Amino acid sequence: MTTTTRPEPLAVVAATEPPRPRRRGRATVGEATAQPWIYVVLTGGLVLLVGPFLWMLLGSFRPDRELKQVPPSWLPQDPTLDNYRTLFTELDFPTFFFNSAVVAIAITLGNLVFCSMLGYALAKLSFPGKRVIFALVLGTLMVPGLVTLVPLFVLVSNLGMVNSLPGLIFPFLAGPFGVFLMRQFIQSLPDELIQAARIDGAGEWRIFLSIILPLCKPALATLGILTFLTSWNNFLWPLVVAQSEEKYTLPVALAIYSRGENSSNYGLLMAGSVAIIIPVLAVFLILQRHFVQGIAMTGIK
Amino acid sequence: MASLTANPTPGTRRRPNRWRRREVLVGYLFALPFLALFVVFTVGPVLASFLMSFTDLRTSDVRSPLAVEVVGLTNYADAFSDETFRKAAFNTAYFVVAGVPLTMGLALAVAVGLNSGITRFKTFFRVGYYLPVVTSIVAVAVVWRFLLEPDSGIVNTLLGYVGVDGPSWLNSTTLAMPSLIVMSAWRNMGYLVVIFLAGLQIVPTEMHEAASIDGAGAWKRFRHITLPMMRPTLLFGGVVTMIGYLQFFEEPFVMTQGGPLDTTLSTAYYTYNQFGFGNYSYAAAMAYVLFVVIAIVTAVQFRLLGERD
Repeated sequence: MTTTTRPEPLAVVAATEPPRPRRRGRATVGEATAQPWIYVVLTGGLVLLVGPFLWMLLGSFRPDRELKQVPPSWLPQDPTLDNYRTLFTELDFPTFFFNSAVVAIAITLGNLVFCSMLGYALAKLSFPGKRVIFALVLGTLMVPGLVTLVPLFVLVSNLGMVNSLPGLIFPFLAGPFGVFLMRQFIQSLPDELIQAARIDGAGEWRIFLSIILPLCKPALATLGILTFLTSWNNFLWPLVVAQSEEKYTLPVALAIYSRGENSSNYGLLMAGSVAIIIPVLAVFLILQRHFVQGIAMTGIK
Repeated sequence: MASLTANPTPGTRRRPNRWRRREVLVGYLFALPFLALFVVFTVGPVLASFLMSFTDLRTSDVRSPLAVEVVGLTNYADAFSDETFRKAAFNTAYFVVAGVPLTMGLALAVAVGLNSGITRFKTFFRVGYYLPVVTSIVAVAVVWRFLLEPDSGIVNTLLGYVGVDGPSWLNSTTLAMPSLIVMSAWRNMGYLVVIFLAGLQIVPTEMHEAASIDGAGAWKRFRHITLPMMRPTLLFGGVVTMIGYLQFFEEPFVMTQGGPLDTTLSTAYYTYNQFGFGNYSYAAAMAYVLFVVIAIVTAVQFRLLGERD
């Protein structure tokens, strides 16, 4: 199954060039005068973008009574950790978290290994059928996940993998996006490196492991983070395959609880949302910096 | 390789020839693990889905998917005469036609704002606007349902401060879909901001300077310089957003369950429901209709926007 969500190159966040300060022609362009106004509008927009997350965070600390209160208070009057406690006592939060993490890590590792191998073959080796393979991979980049849903389910059923973690993992182990990314990156590495190693008698596997892969660190980091995010947030396939509670991933658990008898238990739902969103936001904010270096080297924009 | 084969020394000449044969083998070995998984779990299912859409495959046939009747175009005919499918297709079109321009317009405005010589907090803004993009749609949809609660929700509370009696957004047949559209624009614009910001770097400042010397105002310059220069970027952003929006599913699944009265039921959601009812071949046919629409729309968009350069 191809990625159901759109590929999210968070890489590009850091990729855009820093603003080049231009003082020349100040009066002609007239931007200098508009700036305070723009800051105000952009800040307003940012408040609208970040506001819902803050409201979610505040909501997760409110007792039920306060969540139903009209009008709501701005800050929790009676902050409590009960909602988080319920995640552990009444729901099996650790299991959902474990499932999400195992699935995302396995899929990420799989893509790193398989995509870099094929990417290397497509970029630096020549063999018949190479173009066809690359065209096939590119062709499936656009295919919606919905298209493969039925046959994949039939396949996974017959493999006995419905309602199991392998069933959640296998269909995503080899995605087309990674091949595209790794091929483009490896193509930019000089051929001479590989030729020199061959003349020195290095085996192909050795060349790949100790010459190509270490040079691919920036691309591998990009691919790793994107794959992890996509998998962590993936919904349709886990919803279909994880049929009993002990196999739910976090989004599936949250979606199902948000529809059942807990549908208006917003304290619990906000705590659950925090649990899905905060780890991802933390990773994103921390890795921001690493991306600047990675992208500067790759030139992928 | 070329430099090696050009070398006239016999010793090195033989080397690439022997290597050639080995290279083919090595190439296949490196390609094999990916291709095996890719053929089984992606290429195979894409083709199988197409074939299944011409059969009467149902839940009961899962163990023997080959022992089914071929029914030709029946599933496709059924889909187009299915009142609910038509409604879902209309809703999906509504979501795309309103959602894509809204998302792109907001993103373009923010990108131009960020590009207008702002030096302080630029990274801060960029990261802030990107935040929702990395978050789970399911979680975001749950949070927005909370924001849009009719009485205790923050949106209606804020509207109350300015004297507006906020409606019950997600229970209204007219307002539920716009609510989902605004939420999607909110979540996805950050991605386009980043894409557009990169595209804006291509527009040479000299052109703006020359135009303003000739007396062109800010709007004219934006309209006649920035927009045409950004055509490829806008095209890319438009296609990616549209492909995503055509498949929208999580938003109604969590926020409205397709209601009220199927007004937020999307094609993807209806396909999922039919799959859930065990109508496998019917679901496969509807998924293929969506796939074909995505392919056509993408091709048309490239034609319209890409050609003139």
